Amino acid sequence: MSRDFEWPEFLFLLGALRWTIVLSLIAFVGGGIGGLVLAIARTSSHAILRWLAATYIGVMQGTPVLMQLFLAYYGLAVLTGIRIDPWPAVTLAFTMYAAAFLGEIWRGAIQAIPRQQWEAAAAIPLAPTAQLRHVILPQAFRIAIPPTVGFLVQLIKGTSIASIIGFVELTRAGQLIVNVTFQPMVVYPLVAVLYFALCWPISLVALRLERRIDAALGIKQHS
Amino acid sequence: MKYVFQFGIVWDHLPQLLQGAWLTIRLSLGAFALGFVIAMLLAFLRTAGPRPLRAAIAAYVEFIRNTPFLVQLFIIYFSLPAIGIRFEAITAALLGMSLNFSGYATEIVRSGIEAVPRSQIEAGYSLGFTRLQIFRHIIVFPALRTVYPALASQFVLLMLGSSIVAAISAEELTAITNTLQSTTFRAFEFYFVATGLYLLMAVGARLLLHAIYWAVFERARPVERGWSR
Amino acid sequence: MPLLALSSIHKRYGSNLVLDDVSLDVETGEVVAVIGRSGSGKTTLLRCINGLETIDEGSIAFDGKPLPPGGSELRELRRHIGIVFQSLNLFPHHSVERNITLGPTITNKLPLAEARKIALDVLREVDLEDKLHAYPSQLSGGQQQRVAIARALAMRPRLMLFDEITSALDPELVGEVVKVLERLATSGMTMVLVTHEMGFARRTADTLVFMHQGRIWEKGPPRELFAAPKTPELESFIRAVLEPND
Repeated sequence: MSRDFEWPEFLFLLGALRWTIVLSLIAFVGGGIGGLVLAIARTSSHAILRWLAATYIGVMQGTPVLMQLFLAYYGLAVLTGIRIDPWPAVTLAFTMYAAAFLGEIWRGAIQAIPRQQWEAAAAIPLAPTAQLRHVILPQAFRIAIPPTVGFLVQLIKGTSIASIIGFVELTRAGQLIVNVTFQPMVVYPLVAVLYFALCWPISLVALRLERRIDAALGIKQHS
Repeated sequence: MKYVFQFGIVWDHLPQLLQGAWLTIRLSLGAFALGFVIAMLLAFLRTAGPRPLRAAIAAYVEFIRNTPFLVQLFIIYFSLPAIGIRFEAITAALLGMSLNFSGYATEIVRSGIEAVPRSQIEAGYSLGFTRLQIFRHIIVFPALRTVYPALASQFVLLMLGSSIVAAISAEELTAITNTLQSTTFRAFEFYFVATGLYLLMAVGARLLLHAIYWAVFERARPVERGWSR
Repeated sequence: MPLLALSSIHKRYGSNLVLDDVSLDVETGEVVAVIGRSGSGKTTLLRCINGLETIDEGSIAFDGKPLPPGGSELRELRRHIGIVFQSLNLFPHHSVERNITLGPTITNKLPLAEARKIALDVLREVDLEDKLHAYPSQLSGGQQQRVAIARALAMRPRLMLFDEITSALDPELVGEVVKVLERLATSGMTMVLVTHEMGFARRTADTLVFMHQGRIWEKGPPRELFAAPKTPELESFIRAVLEPND
């Protein structure tokens, strides 16, 4: 007793796409805050802060996101003995993941500023906070925007993994529809197209931004 | 916290975990090899082929890079059988990983090709080389040297991303860990150890790749021994 | 009392002795040109003067007071010492005017209107008052260096340091910068320049310092040193650098 893939099924996919977007945005914003903290810690003069941030980033970047998700969902549930709702587990896992990657991107941006700029600012003289605020961070910010936007695409694609623990985002919705329509040949390519429609424009924006910033600053980007 | 850690159970099942890790490694190496060959071919055609082919390759790359790996896997494993193409889980995993990798690797290799100075290529033309000869003798080695770090990073991403093939039940490390934790109810311990294994593999891979770079690209070419001319 | 007093400076990079017992006094209004091959330690010496590099032995005194090791005291001292580097001086994301007003408004805590007036004044001194609202990427190399000089002058320094500021410029742009340097020297500014501009050194510098292997090899009025170098190293250096008909 199977259904045909028709308009209601497509709307169900669109509804789930909404959750993909929401999850991605939450992780992006949360990860952004965490990433900023990490980047500043990573470039600070205190060795302990640098080490802590580097270790966190190293572990998050050296392990699969899926494992991080399992630990947050099944692992935490078993540890605390209470059943964890998919939403908090998923947002926690993806936020921590995003923070590590964004932190690394922004650290790279700060370190891409030529040493001469730090020295010129210090020689005027400007105090260290003023150096950061008026000279370093504005330039780092502009350098960081294209890869940050590019990472948003990675994040959106990454949320598809949440389907594996049953969280109903776009990919899981696709699985559910296939289970009742028995038409994987239609549904999964369509799911792919929906992701593409969401991600590709963002990728293009990131590319445009990268080219524009290269031109405006007149300095070479380190990529 | 009332939970009592029992890592001993994980230790008992270590051989199975290592078995899964071994498949992870084999899948990653295989996908890298296959994906790299595809990428080299596509990168060459992207720069030197006819215009419609170049557009097709660009479209392929954009598709891979803007859709999730999991969905690509589902298409290969679930959608293709509907038109008669059926793969085993491991084959589908390998194919999916290779194609996915090739999408990123093509762009990486292409940027390496474009980084080779124009004057070198023109020197090749003036020596009467064909396009293929120029590619093989002038472009390949310097291009690879330039993009080696990016490719190495991509390999580590590939290996970590292989965990996703657990979704189609390929018996690599993640799938095995899932099975074991569900039968022993030691979710935290198993996931923790498996994560540690992945970290070990990632760190090990990075070190190995670093050593390979040093051995292949950094070291001066050995002087030819033997008879003198 | 000399404005700047360097005594027995020693500095090591690892096992390398980069500065070897360097002593130099600079009087107010004096123009000192430091020349030498690359690796002779001349740039390092300059960077020690405003604390960008640290020294291992010896002392540096500005206006009779020793150079502070760091922090707000060093910052206070740097208000009186201006420096211009070989390149990448200007902040590319700020206009020329903002580049210049940053120091006066933030560190000297002047109101923006007054800082803007200063900016216009110093730009006039380097012949670039029409570039007030331009961005660094819109300027030629020579113009960028002149703006860098203006930015340093806006803090009303008592000593100006120049680290090979024309070395990275296309030849036809060097003249406009040298003209500004000469004007500055005539106005009585105390200047220490690491330079390859032998013409400028001969015409305008009061003292020529030739450095070699981390030491001051020869020191004296430029005309004397050029006419009669006492050491073969200076002689070969002059021959290597000077144009035959200069």
